[in-house]
Amino acid sequence: MSIIRSLVLISHDPESKLLGSEAIFAAFIEQLHHYDLQDEVSVSYATDIGQSAASPLVIIYPEAVIYGPIKPEDVPLIVEEHLYKGRIVEEKRAPTKGLSGKVAWLPVRKGSNPAENRIVLRNIGVIDPESIEDSLNQNGYEGLAIALTMSPEDVIKVISASGLRGRGGAGFPTGMKWGFVRKAAGAKKYVICNADESEPGTFKDRMILEGDPQSIIEAMLIAGYAIGASEGYIYIRGEYQLAIERITKAIQQAQKIGFLGEGILGSSFNFTLHLHSGAGAYVCGEETALLESIEGKRGEPRTRPPYPTTQGLFQKPTLINNVETLANVPAILRNGAAWYHGFGTESSPGTKVYTMLGNVNVTGLVEVPMGITLREVVSIYARGMKKAPLKFAQTGGSSGSIIPASLQDTPMDFDSYRTAGLSLGSGALLICDDENCIVDIVKVLTNFFRVECCGKCAPCRVGTQRMYTTMTRITEGKGKMGDLEELELISDTLTNISNCGLGETAGTPVRDMLKHFRAEVEAHIKLGICPTGICPMVAEVPEFV
Amino acid sequence: MPAETRCESGIKEMVEGIVAETGSARSDLIPILLRISTECSYISEEAIRQLSSCLRLPESEIFAVATFYHMLLTQAHGRHIVQFCESAPCHVAGGREIFQALKDLLGLKPGETSQDDRWTLFTTSCLGVCGIGPVVMVDTDIYGHVLPEQLPAILENYR
Repeated sequence: MSIIRSLVLISHDPESKLLGSEAIFAAFIEQLHHYDLQDEVSVSYATDIGQSAASPLVIIYPEAVIYGPIKPEDVPLIVEEHLYKGRIVEEKRAPTKGLSGKVAWLPVRKGSNPAENRIVLRNIGVIDPESIEDSLNQNGYEGLAIALTMSPEDVIKVISASGLRGRGGAGFPTGMKWGFVRKAAGAKKYVICNADESEPGTFKDRMILEGDPQSIIEAMLIAGYAIGASEGYIYIRGEYQLAIERITKAIQQAQKIGFLGEGILGSSFNFTLHLHSGAGAYVCGEETALLESIEGKRGEPRTRPPYPTTQGLFQKPTLINNVETLANVPAILRNGAAWYHGFGTESSPGTKVYTMLGNVNVTGLVEVPMGITLREVVSIYARGMKKAPLKFAQTGGSSGSIIPASLQDTPMDFDSYRTAGLSLGSGALLICDDENCIVDIVKVLTNFFRVECCGKCAPCRVGTQRMYTTMTRITEGKGKMGDLEELELISDTLTNISNCGLGETAGTPVRDMLKHFRAEVEAHIKLGICPTGICPMVAEVPEFV
Repeated sequence: MPAETRCESGIKEMVEGIVAETGSARSDLIPILLRISTECSYISEEAIRQLSSCLRLPESEIFAVATFYHMLLTQAHGRHIVQFCESAPCHVAGGREIFQALKDLLGLKPGETSQDDRWTLFTTSCLGVCGIGPVVMVDTDIYGHVLPEQLPAILENYR
């Protein structure tokens, strides 16, 4: 028997892969054989730890030294010095500045990065996502084992008591939703994991699926047991090839061990899980469009009621939860509802994963308690603005709010944001400095809705197109003051009479722009100038995409 | 059998093979179309006709589904597909300059195919790798932190 004394983890997300993580892996294997260390050192892939600048990363335990960015030709030096001679190669260590708070799972040491509270990202970058054993070593499936000793009603009670709210954007109480499906009439029910993450700037779900796929399977099993479903679907957007591969492997491994199938863990609970790949349509993240898509149809949202909780997939009661929501479930079962209330605020307990993007020093993922402010995220985790001061941040992908700098001290939780007239959305934080033009950004956002609108209902089909042409006209210096009233009218109409969430939120960027930055928009129209010098202010050759 | 033959004269056998492996329920339609699109680079009219008789679904219904999803291509295109992410995070990170440089370099507008059939240019919504924007995708390869001056070298990899 061999005793492993060191563990080498190599980041293997798409970014690292492009930068040669496979060659690095091969180089480690070769060099370890060269020094005859292959039995003492284990080499695994891990997803990156959420930090783009230092990828590809190599992490060596037990010293917990992080090297990065690493090239294949650096490997001989690291193996010789670190693994053979036991000396840390200082010059190859990842710059601390570039790492933000992504190493919070290490014991907090002096001079280390700000700590995060990692619940859903707890295993990301720590385990080999293609090994179920790694997951089991980190208490994987313990939550399921606990759930199976309880009655389904009691499982729902725990989730309700934890105060967990949906992380897909709407913030609906998860326990209540589970209860609805549990109580719905009918013997056949479904659990669906909504992994059609397509909000621009959001990639938290991708990281969870790629980094800890077993946690999602475990959560779906718990949900299935609680609501009385024996079949589930994971709907992953087609663009996420690596996530699809990882989940496919994870399902096979879980089947082999017996977590999926019949008589799970010696109980009478049976569960089968299917993976359904999307084919490229933003609107399929809307839950009823997602159902249509699984059924093999155009992803057009259904008219509600009836809601999916009573008539969902194939007209059966269906529970649909976001990836991040589900990723919280095993931890809540393991540690209890009271523990979960130890994070976040009273009405929004727990943590939230944000993606920090834009004009800041550190971009990437961060998991922090609910109720932290934008100012804190920017100054602590994103390490401040890159060049110029904060002008606004845009949350939750395209449908989120525009938060002007004046509102950056609003606590980021569901209720505080609602009171302030903002939306938390999916957790993307596109942080923009004052060299950005609001009109230009909003034009880009309205273009997104115009392209992604499914075309089923008229307000959205016509309104998004109309908003885009009006915004384009303003950037070309041909805007009229009357355009602003029309934009407000379209925005309100979209919110009031659209069929689904896409249309209802499509007007948000325009409304927020006029609310917080009206003077800047009027400068484009009245003075014919773009104060930041971004908009062309002359007509461009039209493009019909 | 080379891909051209399989996707043209052999399309009937190919579609039947895929249906046999994937299943013939309505919910199998999108997985089937994804496979045809990957293997033949696009879903031809003939493929839809064959699928229609295999699945006993109207051609119009299959066409309606195929044209709804971005990843299902129903038109022939160049040997390589260049996709530029036009979502806000890439836009803020310098995407505007990249897109202009890309259009100039290829001499194409979005949706167009070059005369030598080498390139087709598309715009795309977020690809979920926003940490490294601006992002350009060529076929299935993603390039991040792209600078305008790097574009010729990137494109040179694809003949």
